[in-house]
Amino acid sequence: MLLAFYRQMVLVRRFEERAARAYTEAKIGGYCHLNLGEEATVAGLMAALEPSDYVFTNYREHGYALARGIAPERVMAELYGRTDGVSRGWGGSMHMFDVASRFMGGYGIVGGQVPLATGAALAIDYRGGAEAVVCLMGDGTTNIGAFHESLNIAALWELPIVYVVVNNGLGMGTPVERSSAEPELHKRASAYRMASARVDGNDPVAVFDAARVALDSARAGRPYLLETVSGRLKGHSVVDPARYRSRAEAEALQAADPVAAYAVRLHEQGVLTDDLIAGIDAEATAIVAAAARFADESPHPEVATLFDYTYATSVPNDSRRLPGEALFA
Amino acid sequence: MIDILMPRLSDTMTEGAISTWHKKPGDRVSPGDVLVDIETDKALMEYEAYEAGTLAEILIPEGRNAPIGAPIARLDDGSDDIRPERIAATPLVRRLARERGIDLAAVAGSGPGGRIIRADLETSREPAREKPVTVPARPDQREPRSVPFDPIRQAVAARLTESGTTVPTFTATASADVEDLLALRAQINEAHADTGVKVSVNDLLVRAVALALRAHPGVNASYSPEGRGHTLIHRRIHVGIAVASPAGLVVPVVRDADRATVTAISTAARDLAGRAADRTLTAADMSDGTFTVSNLGMYGVEHFTAIINPPQGAILAVGAARPEPTRRRLRYTITADHRIIDGALAARFLATLTGLLEHPLRVVA
Amino acid sequence: MSVISYRQALHDALRGEMLRDDDVFLIGEEIGLFEGSYKITAGMLAEFGPKRVRDTPIAEEGFTGAAIGAAMLGLRPVVEIMTINFSLLALDQIVNHAAKIYGMFGGQARVPLVIRTPGGGGQQLGATHSQNIELYYAFVPGMKVVAPSSPADAKALMLAAIRDDDPVLVLENLALYNTTGEVPDHDEPAEIGRAAVTRQGADITVVAYSRMAAVALQVAARLEEEEGIDVEVIDLRSLRPLDRDTIVASVRKTNCAVVLEDDWLTYGIGAEIAATISDGAFDWLDAPVRRVAMAEVPLPYAKPLETAALPSAADAITAIRETLDAVARRRPS
Repeated sequence: MLLAFYRQMVLVRRFEERAARAYTEAKIGGYCHLNLGEEATVAGLMAALEPSDYVFTNYREHGYALARGIAPERVMAELYGRTDGVSRGWGGSMHMFDVASRFMGGYGIVGGQVPLATGAALAIDYRGGAEAVVCLMGDGTTNIGAFHESLNIAALWELPIVYVVVNNGLGMGTPVERSSAEPELHKRASAYRMASARVDGNDPVAVFDAARVALDSARAGRPYLLETVSGRLKGHSVVDPARYRSRAEAEALQAADPVAAYAVRLHEQGVLTDDLIAGIDAEATAIVAAAARFADESPHPEVATLFDYTYATSVPNDSRRLPGEALFA
Repeated sequence: MIDILMPRLSDTMTEGAISTWHKKPGDRVSPGDVLVDIETDKALMEYEAYEAGTLAEILIPEGRNAPIGAPIARLDDGSDDIRPERIAATPLVRRLARERGIDLAAVAGSGPGGRIIRADLETSREPAREKPVTVPARPDQREPRSVPFDPIRQAVAARLTESGTTVPTFTATASADVEDLLALRAQINEAHADTGVKVSVNDLLVRAVALALRAHPGVNASYSPEGRGHTLIHRRIHVGIAVASPAGLVVPVVRDADRATVTAISTAARDLAGRAADRTLTAADMSDGTFTVSNLGMYGVEHFTAIINPPQGAILAVGAARPEPTRRRLRYTITADHRIIDGALAARFLATLTGLLEHPLRVVA
Repeated sequence: MSVISYRQALHDALRGEMLRDDDVFLIGEEIGLFEGSYKITAGMLAEFGPKRVRDTPIAEEGFTGAAIGAAMLGLRPVVEIMTINFSLLALDQIVNHAAKIYGMFGGQARVPLVIRTPGGGGQQLGATHSQNIELYYAFVPGMKVVAPSSPADAKALMLAAIRDDDPVLVLENLALYNTTGEVPDHDEPAEIGRAAVTRQGADITVVAYSRMAAVALQVAARLEEEEGIDVEVIDLRSLRPLDRDTIVASVRKTNCAVVLEDDWLTYGIGAEIAATISDGAFDWLDAPVRRVAMAEVPLPYAKPLETAALPSAADAITAIRETLDAVARRRPS
């Protein structure tokens, strides 16, 4: 388990570094938000889920998709906007979705996923299932109305859901203390008589244990708010140089790098050796390189498919036309 | 706009009084129509219009006087209009007029603001038939069968009348030894035997003309009366090809012929000729020509002259290649608008064209 | 066939679908204990229990979003938003999520959601409670918007909406709830995206939806009786998808058209109809397309002002007469 966490963390790290590179090579378009610094939270949290549980995330979700078991090739191909991408090239970095692994989507609108995840929990409750929902969000989301409406609803209706606030200290460039009147974000649950906890997001084991407690509570009809505290090693997105952070802050973050810190810890415990570290790193690098190669070779979507996903049903009198085409011949 | 002035209708009159206006603003006025009754110092006189137009405004109302030479009304003779006034007609009316060949200028509109509506077409048809037709005193001994002009014939007639009556032209003829050209054409067609491309003499000619035009831009030009007159030298070379179609003479255009290969010209020309035969050419197909080639070689004509297709500056009339005595020569005649093209320029253009036709690799290379 | 009210037809459709399919449930404010602001869900809580008739806090974004999430897992929620004005609080969930989830994730998750909500003014409810903003949703690819004008359509379109695998907003209308009409006893859904020619005519096409489609029929009957004018009425029934073919075919026959709409004129539904006619029937038009719409003001409370601002049957008659005059097709009365 300890080693599995490490492998997962290294894979996420290498994947995100490769994504950043591909972005600068213009292989990836749009926005691209990375999980750098969040690897321990990704690994610990996702390991606590059952395969039948549902995951909703925000737009910083590549690592969670990988940890949920989605093939790195398909995640990278989505970043490249190709047909083999998890969302067939329709979603991009912010909108990964995989129905098979119950990965119910990354969402680009801050807070947009929170009511949806609550509704998924409602559906589980409606059908009397044993599954739970994990709804990830950033620290900034706790100021959105939809967050409060959803927590209230989940508590009222006793829904099987864990809200996870990944507190990396910054909403884009704004520190939590400057955006939230109660900066200990897990305390917001108290307004809804909801159980909550705060955990060190740089420690995968602590995150795993806390998530297990939270999920048990949710499955028993007591929704839960879990706050993980970690850092964001880079800017808000690939193109953000994070000049709002002082050099000292940046250096402190690098010093507390969760991947390196966890490696040292496992090394001291004798779980990791230098050879093993090198081997895991080489393995992750190879997986990621293969994913990038796969993505690059995957075909671009055909323009002929442009109208295929607007509606699930066939629609009469639909104007399936490209800009500039006449509506009536 | 013409001012109608108080006329002098008696030798002693200094001013006249408007007695009755026979036309009101908006009425059509033809020469000879009685416009107004004017009371002079001697008598009540009718005053007739000299010009055609529409009475725009009455300046002196009935019962009022005006001195000789003072404007009493204004007649709109259309001279102020640079473009013909747009006729207000609904889209439905425009379509029906197109289909039935109705000239909307002759239809009075009864809709809001004088807009022609469908009802106006229904009512205007009957009176049109009732119009008195002048019957000749005795039957026409030539026993003519009258064939009304279709729109294409109308356009041809109008354009060529304009060209023939308003453009001062000269013609110049030259000829070229086309033995090598014909041999090259055979070679090209042999090489393309399996692709179906078949290049005609005219395709090569269009290409050669386009290259000659590029060498002499002054021939690829139009006259413009703007200001004191301009020569519009066209940067693009669009060569029209005169085609006899079931509907009459049409001139579809090969665009940018100087930049197209002979086989591309051939494909375009074949498509245009096919559509001329099917009557499916569009206005766009026949627009923007800068020079025309008219070739009657296929009818065995040796030599002829053509009339310029305005607003183009020149046209080339091409005959058939004839053995003289053993090698075949082709004769062609340029008709040029002398306002913008001088004889020497036309001669240089013909010399370039002859050079190209006699060294046909330059045409295709 | 029974003669029932528009309200009863909606109720019958909901109840029938609840009985037919356990995945169908109702969610919204005051729909259970209170039996609905407009009593569409009267008796449902007692019959189906609180799980399937779920009262919510006043949190449109939260409960609409929750319904979307439940639909993603295969349930068929029917959301009641008390009036369309309050749907603005859920706009992000409807526009950014319900309408996008199928496309944005490459066709992996359907959203079989119904949002039912009434529009309409005329009840002296003032500016924020009297709007007709269905356009906001009809604008968005991925959404379907239907707008029944009769009890029969209220039932048939509601059945169709609940059985549809895409998100459908069912626009009800405050002024129509008490209107009555013949409704088939069977549960046959309508086809979403088909307009209905509710009255055949030769002189002029009147295009309308929701309340104004009912007004159009009254106006047509009156003009026939009093002036011998033969009006063809098209009830759009569906604003998206829009049945352009039916509109165009009618105008190609009558050569002129008037659009009646309860929303504001500028950028309104009528503008799209006029553009459709221009695209498909330009060469058949004998007059410009006229639109009759709400005055471009926040709807006032005071009765004379409110009445003046709302489009009326009299406004429709004026526009029809003026259009027919413009093509000289009105017989002298």
